[in-house]
Formats: sequence, structure tokens, C-alpha cells
Amino acid sequence: MESALISGFQGLASGITNLGVDQVIMILVGSALLYLGIKKGYEPLLLVPIGFGAILVNIPLADLMGEEGFLRFFYDIGVRTEIFPLLIFVGIGAMTDFQPLLENPKIILLGAAGQFGIFLTLLLALAVGFDKLDAVAVAIIGACDGPTAIYVSAKFAPHMLGAVSVAAYSYMSLVPLIQPPIMRLLTTDRERKIVMGAAKQPVSRATKILFPIVVTVFASILAPKGAPLIGTVMLGNLMKESGVVDRLKKASENEIANIVTLLLGLCIGATMEADKFLRAQTLMVLALGFVAICLDTVVGILFGKLMCVLSGGKINPLIGAAGISAFPMSARVVQVEGQKYNKKNYLLMHAMSANAGGQIGSVIAAAIMLSVLAGMGIV
Amino acid sequence: MDIWTFGFTVALIGMGGTMLVLWCMSLFILLLKKIFPYQAEDPASKKG
Repeated sequence: MESALISGFQGLASGITNLGVDQVIMILVGSALLYLGIKKGYEPLLLVPIGFGAILVNIPLADLMGEEGFLRFFYDIGVRTEIFPLLIFVGIGAMTDFQPLLENPKIILLGAAGQFGIFLTLLLALAVGFDKLDAVAVAIIGACDGPTAIYVSAKFAPHMLGAVSVAAYSYMSLVPLIQPPIMRLLTTDRERKIVMGAAKQPVSRATKILFPIVVTVFASILAPKGAPLIGTVMLGNLMKESGVVDRLKKASENEIANIVTLLLGLCIGATMEADKFLRAQTLMVLALGFVAICLDTVVGILFGKLMCVLSGGKINPLIGAAGISAFPMSARVVQVEGQKYNKKNYLLMHAMSANAGGQIGSVIAAAIMLSVLAGMGIV
Repeated sequence: MDIWTFGFTVALIGMGGTMLVLWCMSLFILLLKKIFPYQAEDPASKKG
């Protein structure tokens, strides 16, 4: 009886006796993510499940990412197979209105310039010692697009999925703090005051319906490895614009997106086990992710300045900062900054065009990267 | 392949390719708009 009692108490205390300092730190990291999501409102839909997942996976002996753990189950079916980010893309496509871009198509080029940070960060990551595929996973934070970052890092560097995802979503939510100082640094007072005329050119329904189909076919033929990324975004958008599958569109942007976001967040948190996350490499990932988003903004604005010169001063370079995928946050930042210098300046619709271009640009950049890697025999 | 050959190849093709693809898309949009121009709905025919 006595030994049975001792064994029973030992079983009860085993969690406490197996709790290491590393796990306590990771539980605090998870709690910090919960704080940022709940109290500060930074991407709460992702940071709350990520933070909770990080806490759960670091509970000693629970083994939630073990062979029979429930987090392992969701991770295997949704993240390893890359299905979760793709389902999120369908929802994003169904929610995105490309009308501002269709009205003003030349602005799409800013969406390409806004991705250069990805490739410049790749060089930086290689310079500081990341191996090739790890560097690709770090660089993709510069896409400023959570599902793209998850898709690419789950494919090439699953051990870095937690750090890459946390960096991607955290910096996306910090765009209103990161971008304005760079915008002020790189533009002159005169440039910031440039008033852009109305870009309103109505678009026919046929154009809106054909756009996602043409983009899918053209971009997927050029970068076949990126077809899942491009195809799912454009499928969502086609459902939205066709207007004939309202139930599917609503399910994609609500029920499916919500369920997948919950499971995806938990799975990302579940990759943040102490032995994988508490490394100097994680700090490097966070630092390089920050640099990537700054570089996106820098190149976007510089390209905006070039377009300003080429257009004879008709384009406000500030809208170049919106050529990233953080939609519509980045466009709002541009609008607010523009109005600080000219109260009568309404840059929002132009910035929305660049921002929609950035959404497409991030997917295209990732698709091209995947195809180039496949072509080089790296993957 | 050394890391710098890898890095500069991916960076150059990536940046050039992204710019080229999006430029082509802007041309496709212009083409679609030319082929399928917007036609305002006639309020009278809508009523009828």
C-alpha cells in the first residue's frame, strides 16, 4: 500500500520533476505571443493559437508532438502535406478584390519591386552562414505573406517553421511601425505631397472573371512548382468574381479559413519545442525577417521614385511602400503618411492597387523561387 | 554549386522573373480591358 501511494504521487509529480528551464522559457514565449495577440491585437487570429500551441507542446511528458499526439496528427495532415496554407490561400483569394489593380495595371510593377527584399535577404542569410534551403526559408519572410512563408518553410526547412511563421506574422502586424520611418527617410517633402489623379477606370465583369484564369495559366506555365500557390489564390478569386458559387465563396472565406487558421496556428505553435526553438539561429531568423521587410519597403519606394520620374512626377513614390503583401494594412499606412504632408491627398486607391500587386507578387516570387530551385536540382 | 553561385542565380532570376511576370500580367490586363471594355448598364433596359 505504501509503495503504491509513493508510486502514485511520483506519477502525479512527474510533470513537475521533468519540467526544465528551457520548457519554462518556451511557456513564457507562448504566453508573450498570447499577450501580443490578446492585449495588443497583433494578428490575434494566428498569434493566439500559435502561442497556445507553443505552451501545449512544451508541457513535459504530454508528448503532444509524439507519434500519437493530437498536434502531430494535425501537423502531419495539414502542414507536412502543405494543405493548410493552400486552403488559406483559397480564402484569401475569395476575400481579395483585385479591382483597384485592374483599374490601374501599371502599378502592379510596384508589387514586383516589393518582393526584392526576399532575394536580397537570401544573400544576407547565406552570408551569415545559413545553408541554402534554410536561407530560402528565412528569405521568404520578406514575402510579408504568412501562408507563403509557411508553405515554403514547411517544404524546405520544417525545423524553422515556428521561427519563420512567428517572424512573418509579427512583422506583418508591425508594418504600421516599420514602414513610416523608411518612407520619410527615402522621400523628399515635395515627393510626399504629389497628388495622384483619380484612377477610376471601370472594369467589365468579363475582365474580372478572366483575370484569375489568365494569371493561373500564364504564371503556372512559367513557374509550374508554384502552381498550387497561384492556383488556389486565383480559384478563390474566380469564385468571388463569377458570382455563381456564393456558398463555396462564403465557406472558403469563413468556415474553411477559420478552421484551417485555428489548426494551422496550433501546428505552428507545436513546432516551437524548446530544443528546436531556443537556439541562436532563431534570433538570426527574427533579425533577418525584419531586414527582409525593411528591404521590401526600401526597394518598393525606390521603384516608386523611378516611376515618379518616368511618369513626369505623376506618381507619388510613397505608394511604392504598399507593394508588399500585407493587405490592406500597408495601403492604409501610405494613405496616413500621404495625408500628413498634404491633407487633400487621397492615395488610398492607388496604394490599394500596389498592395494587390504585392499580394500577387509575393505568390509569383515564391513560385519562381520554387521553380528555380527545382531547375537547379536543389530540391 | 557554391553558395554564392546559388544565391546570385536565385536572386537574379527571382527578381527579374517576378518583374517580368508582373509586367506581362499588366499587359494581359490591358488586353482584357481592350477586348472586354466596360459597358455601363442602361438604367432604362434594367427597368424593362
